[in-house]
Amino acid sequence: MLDEKLKDLSESGAYKKLCQRRAKTVWPMAIIMLAVYYAYILVIAFAPEVFANKIGEGHTTLGMAVGLGVILFTFIITGIYVHRANVELEPMVEDIQKRFENGELADGGDA
Amino acid sequence: MEGINITAVSMFGAFVALTLFITYWAAKKVTGTKNFYSAGGNITGFQNGLAIAGDYMSAASFLGISGLVFAAGYDGLIYSIGFLVGWPIILLLIAEPLRNLGKYTFADVASYRLKQTPTRILAALGSLATVALYLIAQMVGSGKLIQVLFGLDYTLAVIIVGVLMMIYVTFGGMIATTWVQIIKAGLLLFGATLLAFLVLLHFNFSMEGLFGAAIEKHAKGEAIMAPGGLVSDPISAISLGLALMFGTAGLPHILMRFFTVPDAKQANRSVLFATGFIGYFYILTFIIGFGAVAFLLGNPDFLDGNGALIGGNNMAAIQLSDALGGDLMLGFISAVAFATILAVVSGLTLAGASAISHDLYASVFKKGQADEKAELKVSRMATIGLAVTAILLGILFEKQNVAYMVGLAFAIAASANFPILFLSMYWKKLTTRGAVIGGSAGLLTAIVLVIIGPIVWVDVFGFAQAIFPYKYPALFSMSVAFFGIWFFSVTDKSESAQIERDKFDAQFLRSQTGIGAEQSNKAH
Repeated sequence: MLDEKLKDLSESGAYKKLCQRRAKTVWPMAIIMLAVYYAYILVIAFAPEVFANKIGEGHTTLGMAVGLGVILFTFIITGIYVHRANVELEPMVEDIQKRFENGELADGGDA
Repeated sequence: MEGINITAVSMFGAFVALTLFITYWAAKKVTGTKNFYSAGGNITGFQNGLAIAGDYMSAASFLGISGLVFAAGYDGLIYSIGFLVGWPIILLLIAEPLRNLGKYTFADVASYRLKQTPTRILAALGSLATVALYLIAQMVGSGKLIQVLFGLDYTLAVIIVGVLMMIYVTFGGMIATTWVQIIKAGLLLFGATLLAFLVLLHFNFSMEGLFGAAIEKHAKGEAIMAPGGLVSDPISAISLGLALMFGTAGLPHILMRFFTVPDAKQANRSVLFATGFIGYFYILTFIIGFGAVAFLLGNPDFLDGNGALIGGNNMAAIQLSDALGGDLMLGFISAVAFATILAVVSGLTLAGASAISHDLYASVFKKGQADEKAELKVSRMATIGLAVTAILLGILFEKQNVAYMVGLAFAIAASANFPILFLSMYWKKLTTRGAVIGGSAGLLTAIVLVIIGPIVWVDVFGFAQAIFPYKYPALFSMSVAFFGIWFFSVTDKSESAQIERDKFDAQFLRSQTGIGAEQSNKAH
């Protein structure tokens, strides 16, 4: 269903590189996020007493520390992705858009 | 809390005056559908981040989570974390394809290569169901809150909320809704920070001191420091986790916000700001909840004869503001809570109106040939219709238990909206038949399991034993949806199914690069 111009674009090196880079960035990060969250949930589901253990002398429990850790982790992984996307991936997209408009990627033009 | 709190009323009056002024300003700009649905795409990443946080930090999460922490300690944190962890998933997998393929609603994306009519109808139903449930819960909550805080009649309170949101959305569209949300998010973050600061001040900024005081006061003692009864079995824990994480990625009023920024970089930045604000806010609600335990329990001014908090656990943050800062602080936090409700119902109403005017009217009824003026008129009429419905349902449900409604909204979002949206973006073999049958099955399963589960069957209907033993249906309803979509797609041998699969490559190309706008999507 791709017309000629889009077919050339879809076969261009620049587009393939973008898809590869993006896939290599987003899927591992999504899996890591899921793994961290479900590790947390599974501890609550199967061994909640682990989180009742105290860390140090006071009242603070392991569950508190881990919970805060998950919140910070969520923010940090978001930050890492936004940095990578805006510094690395988006410029690649903009480059492809510009070259496509100029007809460079529409006639088999390659990276 | 007898009579009317002057501080609360005047601060709330100031908020209403300011937001009405903004609506007046925005109304002049809302001349077409683009400004109405997406603020013309002119919102910056930082502004949108605040607005997303505003949509998310509803009165339910401010009062509800601090109330949950007050009642059960650690368990409140499980909810907060679940609400937060959906964000990286939306950002990584959904945000960019959503922007590249859609225009105003997530149904734009779901129906991109599938048959417009059935896909749009299902997506619009999923949106409206989510919006309606959320809206009823907020309306009932707001009516009760205002009753307690301002001494106003319940019905009058619900009408005030309904009429104000109707004015914001009808005249100011997404521009006014966004600014109302931004102002409210700023106020709420400030108010919650102040409250947490006052709590910690008493303990010389030592969390240990706060925990110690809370453990001493709470009937559960040390148990409030660890997971307790909220999720009593593994299935419930996993099911709740799924609903919270993937439900977020299927909330129409949240997804809509991605269309309000000019480009992908700003969209990414807005999620980073949003997660920062939301994460910070949940840490504050945790401190506030523990503070409420430490300051309110054992203080007869805030407890009824049975030792329960006056107004219920959801009033923990409000009562705490009274305990720590007197009338002035109470008035301020009350006004903030009211503003919060108002902003959230506006965002919801706008999302519901878009499902009616953009998905049902323009795309299904007019087959994508709607005149822009007519579509704008329909969206305004839909807004008024939704506001009137929300007011009536708010009054009708006054005496009902509505606590299950937000949970059900998340379950539907996770079991109908999310699977269709996600698979339409990434799975080539998806067909209309699969999406419609599987998506409907997920939607129905979520609704039926909630009705026959403990929350409605036992708590609302009063039966002794629930037919379905778990409170949270998402594990089952999401499985039904994904299996149904898979099964009815791969077994679809029709010619149109093959055409839909063939369109995937062009769609994927556009979802990755934004190139190919004229391809395949007749609705645009």
